[in-house]
Amino acid sequence: MGMSFISYLINGLSLGSVYAIIALGYTMVYGIAKMLNFAHGDVIMIGAYTALIAITQSGLPPVAGVLAAVVVCTALGVVIEGVAYRPLRNASSSLAVLITAIGVSYLLQNIALLVFGPNAQTFPSVIKWDGVSLADGKLNISGVTIVTIGACILIMILLMTFVQKSKQGQAMRAVSEDRGAAQLMGINVNGTIALTFAIGSALAAIAGVLLCSAYPTLTPYTGAMPGIKAFVAAVFGGIGSIPGAFIGGLLLGIIEILGRAYISSQMADAIVFAVLIVVLLVKPAGLLGKKIQEKV
Amino acid sequence: MAALLDVKNLGISFGGLRAVNGFDISIEKGELYGLIGPNGAGKTTVFNLLTGVYRPDTGKIILDGKDITGKKTIDISKAGVARTFQNIRLFKQLSVLDNVKAGLHNHHRYSAVEGVLRLPRYFKVEKEMNGRAMELLQVFGLENHADVLAANLPYGEQRKLEIARALATEPKLLLLDEPAAGMNPNETGSLMEMIQLVREKFGMTILLIEHDMKLVSGICEKLTVLNFGEVLACGKTAEVLNNPQVITAYLGE
Repeated sequence: MGMSFISYLINGLSLGSVYAIIALGYTMVYGIAKMLNFAHGDVIMIGAYTALIAITQSGLPPVAGVLAAVVVCTALGVVIEGVAYRPLRNASSSLAVLITAIGVSYLLQNIALLVFGPNAQTFPSVIKWDGVSLADGKLNISGVTIVTIGACILIMILLMTFVQKSKQGQAMRAVSEDRGAAQLMGINVNGTIALTFAIGSALAAIAGVLLCSAYPTLTPYTGAMPGIKAFVAAVFGGIGSIPGAFIGGLLLGIIEILGRAYISSQMADAIVFAVLIVVLLVKPAGLLGKKIQEKV
Repeated sequence: MAALLDVKNLGISFGGLRAVNGFDISIEKGELYGLIGPNGAGKTTVFNLLTGVYRPDTGKIILDGKDITGKKTIDISKAGVARTFQNIRLFKQLSVLDNVKAGLHNHHRYSAVEGVLRLPRYFKVEKEMNGRAMELLQVFGLENHADVLAANLPYGEQRKLEIARALATEPKLLLLDEPAAGMNPNETGSLMEMIQLVREKFGMTILLIEHDMKLVSGICEKLTVLNFGEVLACGKTAEVLNNPQVITAYLGE
């Protein structure tokens, strides 16, 4: 065991970091706009394709490719919110917006199918660094792994301080608690929700690039499964909670990799979802979730 | 001089119910004005019309010479109307300081990018906001509770914080919806002093809804009485309270 266990653990942390970055987008949108954006996973895929095109076809350096992905996804997130979700904000049923989100998800997948075709494309290596070798070469950690984990921690810190300490973050928390009162205090609710989508989608772009750097095949369906797992991670950690999404993502990644290594590679996904069910049975609000009191 | 708030023929229906009909009110700058009436008379509906929560079917609302009829809530807030709520609607999971800063939101600006990366402007503007918010908290004697969650403040203090938050938006007109609701006589007394202090210190024009007649007769200069959605009487406080129709509306025949 020993070294290989540590190596699995690190791989799990790396995959978990990607889930965490995606889950942050889910959880922020849920916390502030009170909706589940099931198209979030597909924004990841669009981000990855953008980076792919920017790097392989336009010949941009990898950093510029990542930036292009961030810009495109941020704009995409704001457009999706403005066109598809905003008109339904005061709809009588929250199901309307949920179903719309699923529709947007299929729309993005099919547009990608039409434009890029169904064949898997190989994602270029964005991170050229070979990584480090520890314990006399018995433990190799790739550059992608280190960058992914580092990016996740950095994003988490920036996001936490932004939400806690900035006026935009205050507006987000105010809108999250009482949209009507926030509006009456002069807070631009539509702008605040659009900003939330912009941030979530920018994170999705980064997650897309990191995911495809670690697992370099890209198809129009690449975002779907990680999207669902990140949603599971967000629920697992307590949806609406930023640290919850972080912890949920990391744990989910570790469980998946360890399950694949020690139990069964076919069963890995099933194990992930089984863990979710157990957690929700014991702690229905998730690990860090708050108990929701229904207003009577 | 034209009145600060001039409302003519305001009305709204919900389904078949005419909740407010032909409502007129004219409030001069610096006035402390009371809106009273039995339960269900439509007082809070008037507040909701004035702040853009509802759009009126009929009538005009002129604030300081500007037509704000049917404008969006946020634009009315920017035009200078702020309010408190009958059932306190603070941001309970935010600190006392952050509640006031939420009210300051529109008057202090930096971009989200500056906020994420904590560029110098972020620190400068945040410092201004903190200073301004603390000043407001001091007026209400809440400065020692700045870091407490709003939910953990005692009830009376929550009411004061709501007024502080509303004032942070730098309004021309402050609407107070039953500020003394649920207060004991002592708390009501200190609230009355507070309202007069706000009016003097900020030169504020205040319209308040209240059931507590001691408060109304104690501080309001003028009153409008609403009954079944229509104005029953209006004028100087003492005259209105002695109007036989008003007494009948409150006490019955």
